[in-house]
Amino acid sequence: MAECHPVGFQWVMEAKGRGAKVIHIDPRFTRTSAVADLHVPIRAGADIAFLGGLINHVLSNDLYFREYVVAYTNAAALVGEDFVDTEDLEGVFSGLDPEHGHYDETSWQYEFDEPPHSGSDDPQRAAEQKAAEQHPAVQDSDRAQAAGSGGPPIAAKPKRDETLQHPRTVFQVLKRHFARYTPEMVAEVCGIEPEVFDQVARWVTENSNRDRTTAWVYSVGWTQHSVGAQYIRTASILQALLGNIGRPGGGILALRGHASIQGSTDVPTLFNLLPGYLPMPHALQHHSLEDYVADAAGKAGFWGNKRAYTVSLLKAWFGDAAQPENDFCFDHLPKVTGDHSSYRTIADMIEGKVSGYFLVGENPTVGHPNGRMNRFGLANLDWLVVRDLQLIESATFWHEAPEIETGELAPETIATEVFFLPAATHAEKEGTFTQTQRLLQWRHKAVEPPEDARSDLWFYYHLGRILRERLADSTDPRDRPLLDLTWDYPLIGETRDPDAAAVLREINGTGPDGRALSSYVQMADDGSTTGGCWIYCGVYADEVNQAARRKPGREQGLVASEWGWAWPLNRRVLYNRASADPDGRPWSERKRYVWWDEEAGRWTGQDVPDFEAQKRPDYVPPDGAKAQDAIAGTDPFVMQGDGKAWLYAPAGLVDGPLPTHYEPAESVVENAFYKQQSSPTIERIPGPWNRENPSCSEVFPFQVTTYRLTEHHTAGGMSRTLPYLAELQPEFFVEVSPELAELRGLANGEFATLISSRTAIEAKVLVTERMRPIRLADGTVVHQIGVPYHWSYSGISTGDSANDLLGIVLDANTHIQEDKVSTADIRPGRRPRGPELIDLVESYRRRAGVPSGRVGVNGRDPVEASAGEGSTLT
Amino acid sequence: MTSISSVSAAYTGRDPDHRLYGPLPDVQGEAGYDGDHPARVGFFTDTSVCIGCKACEVACKEWNALPMDDSHGTRDVIGLSGMSYDNTGQLGANTWRHVAFIEQSRPVDLPTPTFGRPGDDRQDSGPSPADGPRDTQAAAQQSVLNAEALSEFDPQTGQSGTDKQIRWLMSSDVCKHCTHAGCLDVCPTGALFRTEFGTVVVQGDICNGCGYCVPSCPYGVINQRKGDGRVFKCTLCYDRLTDGLMPACATACPTQSIQFGNLDELQARADARLATLKRQGVETARLYGRDEDDGVGGAGAFFLLLDEPEVYGLPPDPIVTTRDLPAMWRSAAAAAAMIIGVALSAVLGSRRTR
Repeated sequence: MAECHPVGFQWVMEAKGRGAKVIHIDPRFTRTSAVADLHVPIRAGADIAFLGGLINHVLSNDLYFREYVVAYTNAAALVGEDFVDTEDLEGVFSGLDPEHGHYDETSWQYEFDEPPHSGSDDPQRAAEQKAAEQHPAVQDSDRAQAAGSGGPPIAAKPKRDETLQHPRTVFQVLKRHFARYTPEMVAEVCGIEPEVFDQVARWVTENSNRDRTTAWVYSVGWTQHSVGAQYIRTASILQALLGNIGRPGGGILALRGHASIQGSTDVPTLFNLLPGYLPMPHALQHHSLEDYVADAAGKAGFWGNKRAYTVSLLKAWFGDAAQPENDFCFDHLPKVTGDHSSYRTIADMIEGKVSGYFLVGENPTVGHPNGRMNRFGLANLDWLVVRDLQLIESATFWHEAPEIETGELAPETIATEVFFLPAATHAEKEGTFTQTQRLLQWRHKAVEPPEDARSDLWFYYHLGRILRERLADSTDPRDRPLLDLTWDYPLIGETRDPDAAAVLREINGTGPDGRALSSYVQMADDGSTTGGCWIYCGVYADEVNQAARRKPGREQGLVASEWGWAWPLNRRVLYNRASADPDGRPWSERKRYVWWDEEAGRWTGQDVPDFEAQKRPDYVPPDGAKAQDAIAGTDPFVMQGDGKAWLYAPAGLVDGPLPTHYEPAESVVENAFYKQQSSPTIERIPGPWNRENPSCSEVFPFQVTTYRLTEHHTAGGMSRTLPYLAELQPEFFVEVSPELAELRGLANGEFATLISSRTAIEAKVLVTERMRPIRLADGTVVHQIGVPYHWSYSGISTGDSANDLLGIVLDANTHIQEDKVSTADIRPGRRPRGPELIDLVESYRRRAGVPSGRVGVNGRDPVEASAGEGSTLT
Repeated sequence: MTSISSVSAAYTGRDPDHRLYGPLPDVQGEAGYDGDHPARVGFFTDTSVCIGCKACEVACKEWNALPMDDSHGTRDVIGLSGMSYDNTGQLGANTWRHVAFIEQSRPVDLPTPTFGRPGDDRQDSGPSPADGPRDTQAAAQQSVLNAEALSEFDPQTGQSGTDKQIRWLMSSDVCKHCTHAGCLDVCPTGALFRTEFGTVVVQGDICNGCGYCVPSCPYGVINQRKGDGRVFKCTLCYDRLTDGLMPACATACPTQSIQFGNLDELQARADARLATLKRQGVETARLYGRDEDDGVGGAGAFFLLLDEPEVYGLPPDPIVTTRDLPAMWRSAAAAAAMIIGVALSAVLGSRRTR
């Protein structure tokens, strides 16, 4: 965190100054470790084993927060009889289709207390929906996101045993599942000595009770794995058991990689989501608005209002054109037909299925794993628009790519027409940043952008305007969505920038009177309200830009609720009903946050209660209650169908209801827990340009982990070009331990070459004791090579690109790449140049038993290329 | 604005004994400012909370519009130093804040494993939970407990696993703005001057590039810019101070490692911080440049260090190079007198003999 989020780290330092213990778990000893109380060196890719060890420690020593667990989690729920755990199936759960790597989650369900309701007012339609969900094209598209932010639907409330003794309670299932995650196994799998593990376990559990809370902070070190979503799940289970969710000082805090990554998932740049985590409709599944909202129609929790959120969104986008009789223009929305995630799309480009592409604020030939494959993709487009601050590598690949030197690409064969458009920086435009706490902060424009540089808002608005003008007379139905859009923002200044505040107000939404809404509960499903992103509703309450509030912290209370605005409804800690006991009293004076005020008959406290303000703690939902009315007064997790924190996920994850340790796709050791080596659901994109290193191969004997440095920003477009930053880390380097340096004859400050079955790259070597071999309990020693990924050939500070070394394998939940752990070989000296580079990598592939990685023209398959298929290029 | 008194300090009679050495309670007064000058300001750099982000280096360069180190933006001219994460090396004409990175490690008393490739040594006889877990655990338990104490008490030491303690010292260096500034004393043009804030600043439009100040700095801070010839160094953001702003580096520092303020307040804060650390058992903590009896009369920018100054590249006992000027002049005068005396006596003596 000190490395990549030094500004936010000031609060950690302040907490430390007040006596907080800081534990840093990382394969490397970083700037964070330097000021932490304890650095726990862990083998990359083994975090579930470590966190699972903590869960087992908590369960077997009765260290969990019992009242919290019984009341607020699903520990007492009974799991159905059909569920079979990984312990009994050698590492996979029941329901696996091994051929396609898909799970049918039916057997993971609860045992229901009542006959399962269909979730729909129309049982037949719901049944059709269910059948459609199992279609491979639907499964590929992203089932994990299909539930949106509301948590996946559950058919009915489960049977419960609040003594937690029934063998099929979630609690007992959890206990059995993690029983083998002992300190000894943690030592064997993670390389963490039992004594260090015990130290962590004591610090964490002693600091988690009525009076104290513990927070876990993570970043892409957890997400960028083939089981990344399950890493977070493991932490969630631990935190729920310890009562650390919904309470001040607790939680699982995701640090984002850029200033507004949170914002770009809330109002998404993702293929499978609409704003506010509404799932993108699927062509096979959702033929009408009714189909689309069917799964939520009878649902408990706030997600039960999906129709109101969707209709308001359609009204915001299509205005008067959206009417009840035309399904509020639901058919104007694009529908997904399968997996259109970023990496799949790169492969589709190589196969000639994609003709044009916009790159905005992204440098995939450096920032994505397998840069070579990404360059092949871009080389097979008809046109490419790059909007960036600098002439990044993704705009110059056609004449400067490393593959030009090897002869795999040539400007003469690349037909991609590249348009480079200069973009305005954050200081040159208005808008909001949404950070990890879901806090929206308004940015004012400090200076006008130079020359032709323009804001993204300007670009898309005027692009849309020009397209609409061109199509103004069109009668073609396919042009209706574009022509029906509300595209009427006030334009400001000489550059005619759309007014960003007007866009924010549109996102907020308006009521029947045309005034800004103040809460999403005001949204209606009859078309009388609008709202571009329901979770942001309230950011423009009272016609005031709430995100622009700047009342200093010293002038307000602990929570500083008048600085910016946090979704939903300015709540700073989510699920904060859990900061009070079931009766509504604070768990302790020290940790009082939100509580029930009996006299006033409402929830009150330091934060905006994340609960219906007047719902009594003793409220019990009547039979047949829907949406929020089905949530009891003791159910803090209001977005879940049962109002509980899920220790066990009966639905919603594609790779299992419980986290399970799997080795990474590329590992140097065997899975010590199960016969199943790596996750059975890993998403792969096979091709000659994306070969995979076999696990436990002596050809690729070392683990590689990639990361960022304080001095540079992601793929480097914003830092390698700046003199003051470039000189701080002036060239590409890798970090190795003295032991590995001796083993391979590497010298500090000299070059080394790293080879994988993708390519070979060279880097200067920094020999440091901060990198250390991980010694597993069975004596195996795992050497890890640290590789910062900022570099490529452009700018002032240059070098080979770390991501060229990595392959693309994905977590099927998220389509996120596993680039925190892979394998490679390292040897002293520089890499060969030209075609000899291909020969070197090809010789490694042969030795490792990997198929050839040779490609044809522009990276296309050699055979297909000669047949002239797969591209529009002739 | 404070005006400079037209009467030279030499005639005011202030601190006649400490004009070149020793404590000097009012450096501005000594430099000729009236009594209503602002308080002396400075930096207290607490390295125990530095996270090495280098924001100070960048903010300094950005505000003062300094050139990139030596390469002037030319691609690939500068390279990796190989010295931990420090690639700018030292303070100089183009680097007025510099963050040093020092890696230290100390093994804990556990058997060091042998290292090889995975698979090479799977049958290795290293400690495993199966054979003799008690002994290993006991030793490690003790070491972890030590580490707990140590890491708690030594802010930049991390226990890493059971077998190693790694200390990664980070420290942002800067011009010390000495009470007795050698650079200022030797400057023949008046380009270097003492500001009303008690800081020492070079005026670029007056400096003639003679370079006398360069060897006169006991810390090696001031230096000539290549291709320019004039000297440059930290101004403690004189321009920002006159507008009531904090220096850029202190403004950018996220962890309050660099603290700016009135020198006497900073000194009190530093003393308290040192006392806290000492109370916690950080034996190695010390203040550097805080003591007004040191060789430069105390520094305007002083530090809390966790190891010997040499470890950070700082001189252990800096002495202002002009300290001995009076003595040197006295010696020179005595020598001259003697020479004249000898010469005279020779002349007179020879006359007498005639």
